[in-house]
Amino acid sequence: MSGLREFTKGIWEVNPLLKLVLGMCPALAVTTSAENGVGMGLAATFVLVCSNVIISMMRKIIPKKVRIPVFIVVIASFVTIVDLVMHGFFIELYKSLGLFIPLIVVNCIILGRAEAFASRNGVFYSLLDGLGMGLGFTLALLVLGSIREIIGNGTIFGIMVMGASYEKFLIMILPPGAFVTLGLLLGLMNKIEMNKK
Amino acid sequence: MDTVPRMVAVLTIVCCVAAIALSQVYSVTKEPIANAEKNEQLKAIKAVLPPYDNDPLKEVEKHKYEGSTFEFYAGKKAGELVGRAVKVKSDSGYSGTIEAMLGIAPDGKITGLYILKHSETPGLGAKIVEKAFTDQFTGKQLGKCNLCVKKDGGDIDQITGATISPRAVCFAVRQGLLAHKALYEKKSE
Repeated sequence: MSGLREFTKGIWEVNPLLKLVLGMCPALAVTTSAENGVGMGLAATFVLVCSNVIISMMRKIIPKKVRIPVFIVVIASFVTIVDLVMHGFFIELYKSLGLFIPLIVVNCIILGRAEAFASRNGVFYSLLDGLGMGLGFTLALLVLGSIREIIGNGTIFGIMVMGASYEKFLIMILPPGAFVTLGLLLGLMNKIEMNKK
Repeated sequence: MDTVPRMVAVLTIVCCVAAIALSQVYSVTKEPIANAEKNEQLKAIKAVLPPYDNDPLKEVEKHKYEGSTFEFYAGKKAGELVGRAVKVKSDSGYSGTIEAMLGIAPDGKITGLYILKHSETPGLGAKIVEKAFTDQFTGKQLGKCNLCVKKDGGDIDQITGATISPRAVCFAVRQGLLAHKALYEKKSE
């Protein structure tokens, strides 16, 4: 088991969003713009990396029967830290992500990695796993957010790309656009995988 | 290995450590959060009032009017009142509460409107934050103008595809003006 593989697997092979199909709630709800997608991705990555490291450090002292409550306490603490820091220093982003920051607590990716990986592997590998999974999640949200923002609003990161006369395709910003885009991305992923074989 | 005392001990220790860590983070971020919130308020007040040179956040007056509390921030230039900013809100938006900052001159004329918070549909109702919409209110006052959307026989252009959001904003603005009239305009007359 090489460290590099633990890192890269999250980006494509077992991409949390496009392969494991975890963390759908924030993925569908906040990707109305590329900026929101990246903000959400980075916040989740921070929580994922920190909780993976702490949990792998404690994996030998946590009794099996109370491991889930312990994981949740650790994850919730880091989410609260992200929430407070973002409120103090990135208030614009904090306002647009709103309720979805506290909801990182229940993001399946984070508890999933804690249970499936960090509680069974060393600190270093858990760190790489968290970074890779977080990056994969962030990239997937970036792609989803960019597509929706470009088609739905004619901009990317707030910068005009489609020209002033572009007729905004609003449905892409609305919830249906999230489902349509995600479905097409999942299909594309599978198509590429099938062609590989 | 998995004895009850051990489980209790581990869980207790984890929770205590988490609580201590969070209280530390809270005390570090407390001030930046308060500052950031204050700046947001000031930005809104600045957008709706004519130029002033005092600190409106320090000259806040809370009044009850028809069951809801309104916070008035007085803007003064060289000691003279140029207008009051009041936070207004409406629960009749398309989705959730709309909060806005409304600037009112001493004579009851609107000096500006700034949408603070809303969760209207992007691209439709969310257009209430755009200047093209909010600027329509500037200069209007109670009695002389009908602060309703055109569909309801008023003077405010609704937004294509979204009538509910502008209607809610009009409602909030009217409430703010009525409160202002009841509380301040009588005194000066």
